[in-house]
Amino acid sequence: MSRLNNLTRGLIHENPIFVIVLGMCPTLATTSSALNGLGMGMATLFVLMGSNVVISLIARFIPDKVRIPSYIVVIATFVTIIDLLMQAYTQSLYETLGLFIPLIVVNCIVLGRAEAFANKNGAFDSLLDALGMGLGFTLALTLLGAVRELLGAGSVFGLQLVQGDAILVFVLAPGAFIALAYLIAIFNRIKR
Amino acid sequence: MLLTLMVIALAASLLLSFVYSSTKAPIDKAKADKVNSAIKAVLPEFDNQPSEAADTLVLDGGQLMLYRATHNGEAVGTAIRTFSKNGFGGTIELMVGFLPDSSIHSIAVVGHNETPGLGDKIDPQKSDFSLQFAGKRPGQFQLSVKKDGGDVDAITASTISSRAYCDAVQRAYTALQKGGAQ
Repeated sequence: MSRLNNLTRGLIHENPIFVIVLGMCPTLATTSSALNGLGMGMATLFVLMGSNVVISLIARFIPDKVRIPSYIVVIATFVTIIDLLMQAYTQSLYETLGLFIPLIVVNCIVLGRAEAFANKNGAFDSLLDALGMGLGFTLALTLLGAVRELLGAGSVFGLQLVQGDAILVFVLAPGAFIALAYLIAIFNRIKR
Repeated sequence: MLLTLMVIALAASLLLSFVYSSTKAPIDKAKADKVNSAIKAVLPEFDNQPSEAADTLVLDGGQLMLYRATHNGEAVGTAIRTFSKNGFGGTIELMVGFLPDSSIHSIAVVGHNETPGLGDKIDPQKSDFSLQFAGKRPGQFQLSVKKDGGDVDAITASTISSRAYCDAVQRAYTALQKGGAQ
């Protein structure tokens, strides 16, 4: 039961975007289309899973004074790996997300889960936690990207659904705030 | 304490050096593919490898690349990778294909940060803006928007992007005249 809870907690009750409201910078900046949101979410999911497992394994050996530097080194390593992999195999997505891939290093969710969960729990539980949180983040970003793309460009995942001009502001920065606010409101309503 | 951090950093750098060396070839290939497909998009059919023998030219504080294409040993055109720093969202990078008579064959966008839905219409996939340059010779065709007394129809509500686009094409033409003598 508690194992399952570790997995599902990140999806709904502690969803990093809609409930905890962490990691707003990549959330608002990269979700101009559903595909970009999904790509950013998957990259973060990979980093989160890698860092959570490694940190849960080595947390016992790390003295308290160098805890944060050690975690940052671990997280930065995984970020660089995903950065190189995306550059090699998904070049166009890499160029769209650009600076936001290296910036996963300072994403509050990744360090937050390391501090709040991985350094107190075992590797398997940490993996489940990372999977739940990462999927919750991916889900939220994809949803936000899909809504903005639909309203702002009339398409979802590049598939044109509505012809003609759309409400352009939703693809621009102000639209990110408006769409996110409404999604959080709807999410709160459903959760209650 | 120092030892722990050193061990972690050492393990991390070993892992990264391994990933770096194994992704280096695919990354280089992906970048070269992108240049090649842009050259292919703006020139008639060719059978040499223009990306392997590119000339570079420094102009207005930036670098332009000249790719010469041949078919059966005969010159079919020059693709020039050009730029403009005056875009609404920063630098615009274009690939302009010139035929041997220095008329424009076709233009492709390599990279830009223009506003989605407005300035991004410089992309041939989004609007017909870039098609008006095809077949024009910059000597007889004034490369500036009509508002500034030129011959180019600007994109509605995106005059700045259109101006920058013309600026980049003009720079490519200057490069062609300077470096295209061979």
